Amino acid sequence: MKQSRRHSPELRWPVRLILALAGCAIFTTPAGAQGLDFETGGKLLLTRGITSVDGAGGGGITPWALITGNETDRGIGGTAHYTRVDVPDYTFEAYGGAVGFYDRFEVSYTRQEFDTGETGAALGIGDGFTFGQDIYGAKYRIAGDAVYGQDTWLPQIAVGALYKEADHGALLGALGAEDASGVEVYASATKLLLAQSLLFNATLRYTDANQNGLLGFGGQEDMQIQPEVSLGYQLSRRLIIGGEYRFKPDNLAFAKEDDWVDLFAAYAINDHATVTAAYADLGSIATFDDQRGLYLSLQLGF
Amino acid sequence: MRLSALCLLAVSLTCSVAFAQETGTPYHRAGELEVDPYEVSNENAGADPFTGQAMLEAFNGREGISRIVDDFVEGVRTDPRTEKIFAASDWKRLDRTLNEQFCYILGGGCDYTGRNMTEVHRDHGITRAEFNAVVEILQAAMRKEGVPFRMQNRFLAKLAPMERDTVTR
Ligand code: HEM
Repeated sequence: MKQSRRHSPELRWPVRLILALAGCAIFTTPAGAQGLDFETGGKLLLTRGITSVDGAGGGGITPWALITGNETDRGIGGTAHYTRVDVPDYTFEAYGGAVGFYDRFEVSYTRQEFDTGETGAALGIGDGFTFGQDIYGAKYRIAGDAVYGQDTWLPQIAVGALYKEADHGALLGALGAEDASGVEVYASATKLLLAQSLLFNATLRYTDANQNGLLGFGGQEDMQIQPEVSLGYQLSRRLIIGGEYRFKPDNLAFAKEDDWVDLFAAYAINDHATVTAAYADLGSIATFDDQRGLYLSLQLGF
Repeated sequence: MRLSALCLLAVSLTCSVAFAQETGTPYHRAGELEVDPYEVSNENAGADPFTGQAMLEAFNGREGISRIVDDFVEGVRTDPRTEKIFAASDWKRLDRTLNEQFCYILGGGCDYTGRNMTEVHRDHGITRAEFNAVVEILQAAMRKEGVPFRMQNRFLAKLAPMERDTVTR
């Protein structure tokens, strides 16, 4: 087992990089140069997406190429979210905020907490033991336009990175994880097929995260590319239903890890609030199988 | 002889002027403000028409389209997000050309005789947020007419790429 590098200063670079990129995004655009003269609002309902459990604008369990916030190419917007998943043996919570710049660039922060409740005692780590992690994210749109590009097959494409820093490094090491922190990079392609009222997203994530990072990073295998897909059908201006599938690594010897699946309905109450409910199947988590339950998320945005 | 020829010429001139006033040049109709001449073509509509009758039926035919255009024009005229841009508009012409354009695209067999989307919007300094406001106003008009949501989206899919032609700011 490698020693946890959680507190080594070198691994802080992703955070610095993300902040530096955010700074560049603001001050290199013409609006920024003129002294932060920007607009807010203007996006069409639901086209900012919801907030994924990792804090990036997306679907529920996977990032999308859409940029968070209500801003257009002339403005700045933002979102905050609270997300909760109740499965038989655990409770998962995530909350955080994200800022979108010029519908081009996004930075996000999310805190995740995974409460083992009584299961903690059974696992021998203590009743109510809570795994947790901080997630810093950045995403940049490189091509295409999901909404207006209806005459082309080119989807909206974005690349992003998530720097994740998990709690309890020593314990994660004992469980077989190589690191308590890690960086994931991803590329997402989002296509709205308006004529069919369909929304499609595909993401490739380069990762070695165990249970998304809550159980650390690495173990038996190296970083791998994992695909994630979402499909949505828009029933009305406010309502979209769909499903998602996310492949995941399976790196820890002590417990099998499964892919994640969900069936969701997202409803835009207005321009500023979207609620999402889903049935999520998180599979086996830390030796406890069949973790299926209700996912609920509230996203506020401007 | 000379006089009668002159008479004939005068009569025919008067007639043709009167006739021109009634039907107008192809790009301009009586009662509308002057516009600079341009080449009339369905290409100016900015989208290929649907084939078949399904779309036209979903929009309740040409009468439905006409009601949608009425509500749409009223919407952009009064909505605080768009009213300033349309302040100097020729409402009569806008009503006519929008009816032609929607009818043409929806497969209603009309010809579009208006200007092309790039030229007509060039000087208005339209932003993407304003484009989206216009989309919302159109959605409200289609909803009021009872156009099924997925048929609204099929139509909007034809209009969406015009964002590139109309948004300049
Ligand atoms: C898909 C979107 C749009 C379509 C299909 C459309 C269609 C049209 C048509 C057919 C005309 C008249 C052409 C002519 O006179 O020959 C027109 C004119 C005009 N449009 Fe649009 N338009 C769109 C978007 C917008 C947007 C977003 C705005 C501003 C917010 C806008 C503002 C105007 C104005 C100010 C005029 C000129 C009216 C006048 O000078 O009389 N349009 N548009």
